[in-house]
Amino acid sequence: MTFDRAAKERLVQALAAPMIAHADELTSLDQAIGDGDHGLNMKRGFEAVLAMLPGVADKSAPEMFKAIGMTLVMKVGGASGPLVGTFFMEFGKSLPDAPSRADLVAAADKAIVAVKARGRSDAGQKTLLDVLVPVHEVLAGGGDGAAIAAAAADAAERTIPMLAIRGRASFLGERSIGHMDPGSRSTSLLIVAAVKALEFEAGS
Amino acid sequence: MSSSNSANVGIVIVSHSIKIAEGAADMVRQMVGNAVPLGWTGGDVDGGLGTNVAGILAAIDAAWSPAGVAILVDLGGAETNSEMAVEMLPDDRRARVVVCNAPVVEGAVIAATEASGGSSLSAVKRSAEELYA
Repeated sequence: MTFDRAAKERLVQALAAPMIAHADELTSLDQAIGDGDHGLNMKRGFEAVLAMLPGVADKSAPEMFKAIGMTLVMKVGGASGPLVGTFFMEFGKSLPDAPSRADLVAAADKAIVAVKARGRSDAGQKTLLDVLVPVHEVLAGGGDGAAIAAAAADAAERTIPMLAIRGRASFLGERSIGHMDPGSRSTSLLIVAAVKALEFEAGS
Repeated sequence: MSSSNSANVGIVIVSHSIKIAEGAADMVRQMVGNAVPLGWTGGDVDGGLGTNVAGILAAIDAAWSPAGVAILVDLGGAETNSEMAVEMLPDDRRARVVVCNAPVVEGAVIAATEASGGSSLSAVKRSAEELYA
């Protein structure tokens, strides 16, 4: 996969667009089981990321992801800022500018380990990890962009019957069941947007 | 935001609400006067309810003591953002800042009381965390 300047710019725009467009939806999901700030927080963070264009697209892949991650950490707030920001920062760390499938799988693996450590959480606890982990499996298995996007959307849906164990939703206990996890929803939107922007091909 | 200087362990209060952070800081001051360095922060970058890493870093800086800094937090994001802030500290400071697993108001008062007697960072953390034990 080529990850040239144009692709980098496309990716940044693609990531920001759904966070801005779906802010109200994310907020209403968060009002059901959290503190109702997820949409606004993610919108604020990705507006700040968008404002880093065009300069940020001139950076190397690791530098670009580090800059995006740091902006998200500083601007998003809430628990999501450090979690999503950590994902980006770790994901980019050893990413070459023409990453192979194996490079992306390895980068995602490291990023997921870092998110687990940051949140002291794992898949199955109604968090963004419930999207990241199954999407990583499809990526590692050679799935194409459509398969990855479908896995992300399905995974977010599958958080609906889950019981929240980490995060603010865990205060609700069993009342967290029956609502989609807002962090899983935003993560799935970001993944769908990313694979579309990068025209991901099977096995590439 | 802060005041005081001292060789005692510093205390940082991180709440989603600046009013709670400020109120807890007032209670700490009433207990220990200026015997401990104190910092507090609350709110997201737009001033709404939430926490932000830059504010936490500034509060750690304000409460800095060579003996270290104990951070008291309220809910989830305050803890995650505080841990993130600690990781972003320079190497020589990082090992001397801890986030306490304690209720924010009571924890801050107990931690500050312990710190005012010249206790070590680990003793300050332990005293605050005994509230949940």
